[in-house]
Amino acid sequence: MVALHDINKQKPLLDIKQLNIEGFDGEKWSSIVKNMDMKLMRGEVLGLIGESGAGKSTLGLAAMGYTQTGCRIASGSIHFDGLSLTDAPEQSVIELRGSRISYVAQSAAASFNPAHKLIDQFAEGPVQHGIMSYTEAVEKAIDLFRRLDLPDPENIGFRYPHQVSGGQLQRAMVAMAMATDPDIIIFDEPTTALDVTTQIEVLVAIKDVIKELNTAAIYITHDLAVVAQLADRIMVLRHGNLIEAGDARQMLDNPKEDYTRRLLAVRSLGEEKIRNEKDPNVILDINGVSAGYQKGVNIVQDINLRVKRRKTVAVVGESGSGKTTVARIVTGLLPARGGQISFSGERLSPDLASRDRECLRRLQMIYQMPDVALNPRQKIKTIIGRPLSFYFGMKGKEVTARVKELLGMVELPESYIDRYPAELSGGEKQRICIARALAANPDLIICDEVTSALDQLVAEGILNLLQRLQNELGISYLFITHDLATVKAIADEIVVMYKGRIVEQGLKSEILKPPHHDYTQLLLSSVPEMDPDWLDNLLEERAAA
Amino acid sequence: MFTLIQQAPLSAKIGMVIILLNLLTILLAPQMAPYGETELVGDVWAPMSSEHMLGTDQLGRDMLTRVVYGARNTISIALTIVFLSFVVGCSCGLLAATMGGWVDQTIGRLVDIIMAFPTLIFALMVLSVMGTSIPTLIGVIAILDSTRVFRVSRAVAMDIEVMDFVEVARLRGEGLWWIMRNEILPNALPPLIAEFGLRFCFVFLFISSLSFLGLGIQPPTADWGSMVRENAGAISFGIYSPMYPAAAIAILTIGVNLVVDWMLNRSSLLRT
Repeated sequence: MVALHDINKQKPLLDIKQLNIEGFDGEKWSSIVKNMDMKLMRGEVLGLIGESGAGKSTLGLAAMGYTQTGCRIASGSIHFDGLSLTDAPEQSVIELRGSRISYVAQSAAASFNPAHKLIDQFAEGPVQHGIMSYTEAVEKAIDLFRRLDLPDPENIGFRYPHQVSGGQLQRAMVAMAMATDPDIIIFDEPTTALDVTTQIEVLVAIKDVIKELNTAAIYITHDLAVVAQLADRIMVLRHGNLIEAGDARQMLDNPKEDYTRRLLAVRSLGEEKIRNEKDPNVILDINGVSAGYQKGVNIVQDINLRVKRRKTVAVVGESGSGKTTVARIVTGLLPARGGQISFSGERLSPDLASRDRECLRRLQMIYQMPDVALNPRQKIKTIIGRPLSFYFGMKGKEVTARVKELLGMVELPESYIDRYPAELSGGEKQRICIARALAANPDLIICDEVTSALDQLVAEGILNLLQRLQNELGISYLFITHDLATVKAIADEIVVMYKGRIVEQGLKSEILKPPHHDYTQLLLSSVPEMDPDWLDNLLEERAAA
Repeated sequence: MFTLIQQAPLSAKIGMVIILLNLLTILLAPQMAPYGETELVGDVWAPMSSEHMLGTDQLGRDMLTRVVYGARNTISIALTIVFLSFVVGCSCGLLAATMGGWVDQTIGRLVDIIMAFPTLIFALMVLSVMGTSIPTLIGVIAILDSTRVFRVSRAVAMDIEVMDFVEVARLRGEGLWWIMRNEILPNALPPLIAEFGLRFCFVFLFISSLSFLGLGIQPPTADWGSMVRENAGAISFGIYSPMYPAAAIAILTIGVNLVVDWMLNRSSLLRT
């Protein structure tokens, strides 16, 4: 591919020069993308990476000559195959979108219309642009579904979006983007919402198809390891500025800028840590527990696990493996059907309503989405202060003083006390959730995917904070996640779950060392690595096996 | 508060002025009206003149006086009804959403039964059995309306009830009342405020239509709905008198909705 675009080097397919994009925040226009230059050759894959708010998606959309509502292109030029998208009449730009340039959104589940069959949604674009008839579109769809390795390509299109899995839906979306044989496809975090094993399916499909049809692509992601598999060239963005651009392999081997180095370093975050080995008694003991939502159907079967004081137990597995159900059983939201749970020696009643306040206090939970875990109508003072007055009967100044102390513990300024959650960033919100859990002085905190909605650097900060708090306060964590990099960073013990059962459990060093259980092996090998050849090598290995 | 009103868009300001004028009219009706509420002062359906700025009605009472007193009766009754229906509807709705299970089922089915009857027929039935006094009128319409409020508040609360922060409160061991009042209600307010504005207008029109049928506010008490009815015959003679109370209804309805729209816009911005 590199050789191919070298031939046409003189004439880029997409040429963006000195582009400035501004967004309106209700009062004034502020800059989102600053003086950006970008070139994309025919058949080349360009990776755009950076944390959220870096302007990646805005830049990606600008490549179609489009801005979201409330944004505008302030200055600069965008040329696509000789046509200036900023000057051309709106109608001719609309003609391009969805025919010669197409777009794949992050969440296919949210982007498909649940009321129409996949094939009808597939055909809509090409028919609308008058490129092909409905029957031709159906043929094209079947061909693309086959290329993208979807099961039963002849019939899968006639299903509704809810009838196929998340990974299949994402591939169907890629197929939709390729319907008109576009020159450029813009992928906006197409695998972020998927778990590692599904992510591979989609990555392989994307990689094969764009290589085969020699399509140029812009691949937007915050995950360097993913972009390493696909991109020929990488651009690193931050706060709307270009930090570094260059050949993918070169950048991964030898990053020039400090920020890029930090992004690379996150993946290898503190794999070993100093531990206080005192206090090894068991805080949570789950014995032979099963539970489910419907009568007679158990989502999780025969769960046995132990959490020791000052230790972190990570529960790992793909989505649907029953990880969160385990958390709901421990908290009492889903009463266990059989088995026993004991919490620091005492038997824990399976039902939330019959637990006393002291027991509730010692068992706290932190959620995946800080946005919905904080009441948007309460100030930080109320959010953190409520457990204080509820469990300890604190009042007035006492509460304020303690809330400030707690804010200090999670490394946030005291001035946040009068803010609303909407006035904080995602990482800050998650810190507030941690402070709220800490306010109850708990013995055990259940962390349900606490970092998966956050950017890598922010997530790293949260993990470090959790570790520091554990060392200082001696809290235990039951850490639920699908991200093995997080597990490597924080866990003492690992429990691997698959289809509602525990398939393997033990100390971190044992689980991460071969020989593995088959499913653990699959999980471990599915985590993208920085090596650009990783995906190809992995596929060869799997094919050989 | 003052800066808040200053920042409001023009439409909301117009709405506020309309509501303010109506409130003033309610408070100062005896001072503002040139004649007595039921006083016969001139010819039947006299045209506009310097003595009767809006002419007279079908019995020769001053139209302006009647419209001014009508504001007092109609609006105060409508407000009482809406408040009542919101207190009943919201508490039932939030309770049903938070408790779920048989509580939700019982209240829900009860509401279905009431809603199965066309409201006007239901009101006519009850009013003709119980007799038309103002307390009965208020009670009947409030209960009929609270079923709609129940539906809306339950639906909104159901959406909020599944949020993690409600689960956090449950796990903390908070009681039902605290969860309803502090976690759910503040987040359910925007749609409920909108509903309040709409309900107010509907109640208003509903009283008017009941009065029009002769089962609402009884003569000789002035009320906009019955004034339209009593003077309806004048239309065929090209006389404007029924238009004035009708215009009063329309203007207040628009005013309330302008303000509600603005409040809705503001609160939905805060949510993001």
